[in-house]
Amino acid sequence: MPTLSSMIPLLVLMTSLVTAAVIFGLGEERVRTRTFFNLLGAVAKIGLVGLMVWGVLHQHVFETRWRFMPELDFVLRADSMTILFSTLSSLLWLLTTIYAIGYLEDSPNRRRFFGYFSLCVTATMGVSLAGNLITFFVFYELLTLTTYPLVVHRGTEKAVRAGAMYLRYTLGGSAAMLIGMLWLYVLVGPFDFASTGALRDLDPKYRWHLMVIFALLIGGLGVKAALIPLHRWLPEAMVAPAPVSALLHAVAVVKAGAFGIVRVIYDVYGIDFAHDLGVLKPLAVLAAITILYGSIRALAQDDFKRRLAFSTVSQVSYITLGVTIFGPLATLGGLVHLVHQGVMKITMFFAAGNVAEALGVHKVSELDGAGRRMPLTMGAFTIAALGMIGVPPLAGFISKWYLGYGAAVAGEYWVLGVLAGSSLLNAAYFLPILHRVWFKPQRGPWPHEHPQHGRLETTWWLLLPPVTTALIVVLAGLFAGHPASPLSWVKFISTREFIAP
Amino acid sequence: MPDAASSSIWLAAPVLLPLLTALLASFTASRLRAALCAAGTLATAGSSLFVLARVVAEGPLRHRLGGWGAPLGIDLFADGLSVLMLAMTAVIGGAISLYASAYFTSAHERRSFWPLWFLLWTGLNALFLTADLFNFYVTLEVISLSAVALVAMKGGPVALPAAVRYLFVAMLGSLAYMGGVALVYAQTGVLDLHLLTGRLGEGPLGRAALALLIGGLLAKTALFPLHLWLPPAHSSAPAPVSAALSALVVKASFYILLRTSFSAFSDAALAAVGPVLGVLGAATVLWGSFQALTQDRLKLMIAYSTVAQIGYLFLLFPVAMPGAGDAAWQSKAWIAGIFHALSHACAKAAMFMAAGAILHAVGRDDKNSLRGLGERMPVTISALATAGISIMALPPSGGFIAKWMLLVAAIRTDQWWWAPIMIGGGLLAAAYIFRMIRYAFLSTPDGAPPLHPVPRRLEFTALALGLLALALGLASVFPIAVAAIGAPFPENWFMEAL
Repeated sequence: MPTLSSMIPLLVLMTSLVTAAVIFGLGEERVRTRTFFNLLGAVAKIGLVGLMVWGVLHQHVFETRWRFMPELDFVLRADSMTILFSTLSSLLWLLTTIYAIGYLEDSPNRRRFFGYFSLCVTATMGVSLAGNLITFFVFYELLTLTTYPLVVHRGTEKAVRAGAMYLRYTLGGSAAMLIGMLWLYVLVGPFDFASTGALRDLDPKYRWHLMVIFALLIGGLGVKAALIPLHRWLPEAMVAPAPVSALLHAVAVVKAGAFGIVRVIYDVYGIDFAHDLGVLKPLAVLAAITILYGSIRALAQDDFKRRLAFSTVSQVSYITLGVTIFGPLATLGGLVHLVHQGVMKITMFFAAGNVAEALGVHKVSELDGAGRRMPLTMGAFTIAALGMIGVPPLAGFISKWYLGYGAAVAGEYWVLGVLAGSSLLNAAYFLPILHRVWFKPQRGPWPHEHPQHGRLETTWWLLLPPVTTALIVVLAGLFAGHPASPLSWVKFISTREFIAP
Repeated sequence: MPDAASSSIWLAAPVLLPLLTALLASFTASRLRAALCAAGTLATAGSSLFVLARVVAEGPLRHRLGGWGAPLGIDLFADGLSVLMLAMTAVIGGAISLYASAYFTSAHERRSFWPLWFLLWTGLNALFLTADLFNFYVTLEVISLSAVALVAMKGGPVALPAAVRYLFVAMLGSLAYMGGVALVYAQTGVLDLHLLTGRLGEGPLGRAALALLIGGLLAKTALFPLHLWLPPAHSSAPAPVSAALSALVVKASFYILLRTSFSAFSDAALAAVGPVLGVLGAATVLWGSFQALTQDRLKLMIAYSTVAQIGYLFLLFPVAMPGAGDAAWQSKAWIAGIFHALSHACAKAAMFMAAGAILHAVGRDDKNSLRGLGERMPVTISALATAGISIMALPPSGGFIAKWMLLVAAIRTDQWWWAPIMIGGGLLAAAYIFRMIRYAFLSTPDGAPPLHPVPRRLEFTALALGLLALALGLASVFPIAVAAIGAPFPENWFMEAL
């Protein structure tokens, strides 16, 4: 007998799945109806996620489970980790939907765009709610498939080539992950994600199996998390429209990879056991290399979105780095960065989209004087960029503080060097942008300027999202100690899941 | 088990109803025929599903036509496997009828299609309700002849040679099969599978019989290296016919092999044949996939994909054969094969139907003709894509469930070497499908001629089947429980796992 509690996780998926179905069913020209359903779905999802937050705080189990093949269950369950990711994605979905409505005004194929956009969010929520590895895999693959049409949305040869590259990397990765999952299943049978991991009691003679399986799983997840050398698809995928880059490539897709890594380390292997196996150190080193490599590559990019993309490559690996350091404090830093990086990077992509839309600016070298023309947009961008660099009291500072402090406590002093180097590099590729934007005079007319909308620098649809997220960047840092902050939730996770037996 | 089976006259309905429709449709006026065929479709599909419900409720059923039993009379027999195939044919057949009612517009086409199609359906249902080597032969002939005629109905320089080649291979296959049946009869004196239990393949005569039987069936199922007839025949036929051929007809001869091998072959014979079939299946997967990767026409790509997908079906033999490991894992492989047949039927029918809609709209089906169709024919492209997901065996889809179970069973029976074939085949499928479908996401070229209007029924039937292939990936428990009814495995692994 299905109860309401067992339906909630399914309903969370349905809010965007049904929205997608409705959008595909509506004609291309039904803009107002489509907008209505889009926003309705996004708001309903936030409401349901709010309910799940309440449930997790009050030890109430929301779980949807059915047998979808012999011995294996399809499990959707809200745990504290789920909340971290699903709150982030549902809030940003609403903002990005608002943004996309403004950004794509009067462009063709909007039905297809919003339909797949909703499907992507369904897949992302599924990734966050998945209660075992195979359910995770189902949504992880679904995310690949539903983002493909968005990557190639522009319909140009270049977009289709980028799409082909995206598929080569992601499908190749998923084959590796499938082998790993299969191997694990054959070794230990079906199991759910559990805070202590599930593999500790396996016969020690299988240790090397578990090491290879770990490599295979991380190989599959590392593609989306853009760990080098699997990151190359991400800068190419920047041909997609700005809202896609903003939500999917700054948040949903790369976070699905990073979130999967967190799940594998904590809920499949268990952090203690993974540490015993000795698989964490190599991953931490790889993450550190990715952090530095991404930043160095970002330095040389003149294309605005590509610079941000390489910055994403670098920043997402902070999460991996944090969770691979054995110790609760660094874990806090890694997990909280999952939220902080998402909010900061989406702000930057919103801003990049705004200058492209309003001024036709796509290159860093064309940004001179943009701050005077678009003060709110560039103000938001500035806050996010300073946050990325790690300037207190912004959100990024909190992440870096816990990462560094945690690494020091765990005795991993080399991480401090990585953090310092990366922060310097962050400054080196972000500060010149800020300098151009605020302190250089405008050089000639903008490449392709749209007429101004009254007194606003661009439409409300495009302004509200970046200003909101920039505000969150400030608040999440300033009030990190407040019970409703991401940091407090992450502390709650670590007491609930990792420190408690 | 066969003696315990209860009797039911209802078993005759899925055979007699389409036969009656075929007869009536061949000499009714065109206006009456449309109503007749609609009624015939509903009645046939309905009776098949009714038989499914009866078997689920009562277990295996047997009916002696005219009161004469085996070994002399004709027995109809239904267990879980038969009713699953019957239900698959009902669903796909219903969709094909629906699609064809909008696809064929000229009186000439309709006059040739409908009687032949119902004759084909009769043959399929009769075959799935048979458990007798000779009756298999008869029903297989009905299927082959009506299928060849359906391929040939379009005429012209492409379809006719393809049909003739198909006829030639089908006849050779039948001949070999019939020779095998004769030898079996000479050796044992019986042809009913339940009386033959475990006796096939003993002694030199038995081995010769087996070789002929299997050879004939492999030719008809298009297993490498006997597959060359399939791509031209399946790709040159009209879309509803292609769908029927790829989704249903190739499954008929596979079904005979599956049923006879696990109930009539001796254990030693099965253990000897299993690995050979597995190797041929693996070769078919690779060869078909690589060929599909080089095709520039959508329908040919889909046809080669059928060849590749048939290969997977044969991987179940080495994994499920006796002695391959404990029975629980054998039965898992056996189920996986059946489930693969089901999801492939949905996906492949959807793909051919989508290709038919594209051919109708654009007039050609080379990959450049797909340009811009993502915006101009979104429903059809979605059908192609959803079906493609199942063919690539990505989750959530029936293809994924089937492959997962087969992979686990292969590893568990210490035959991990089948795993790279299956995973590699999936990647190749992704490559050949996206290689085609990516064109649909390009912008419509400037000055592209307007599309010929496509009846909505064509597009939505294809999409419905594509979505069904995905849905099988979330609800596999019921079909698996049905397949378990009367399954030829001692340990009832299915029930405890569900």
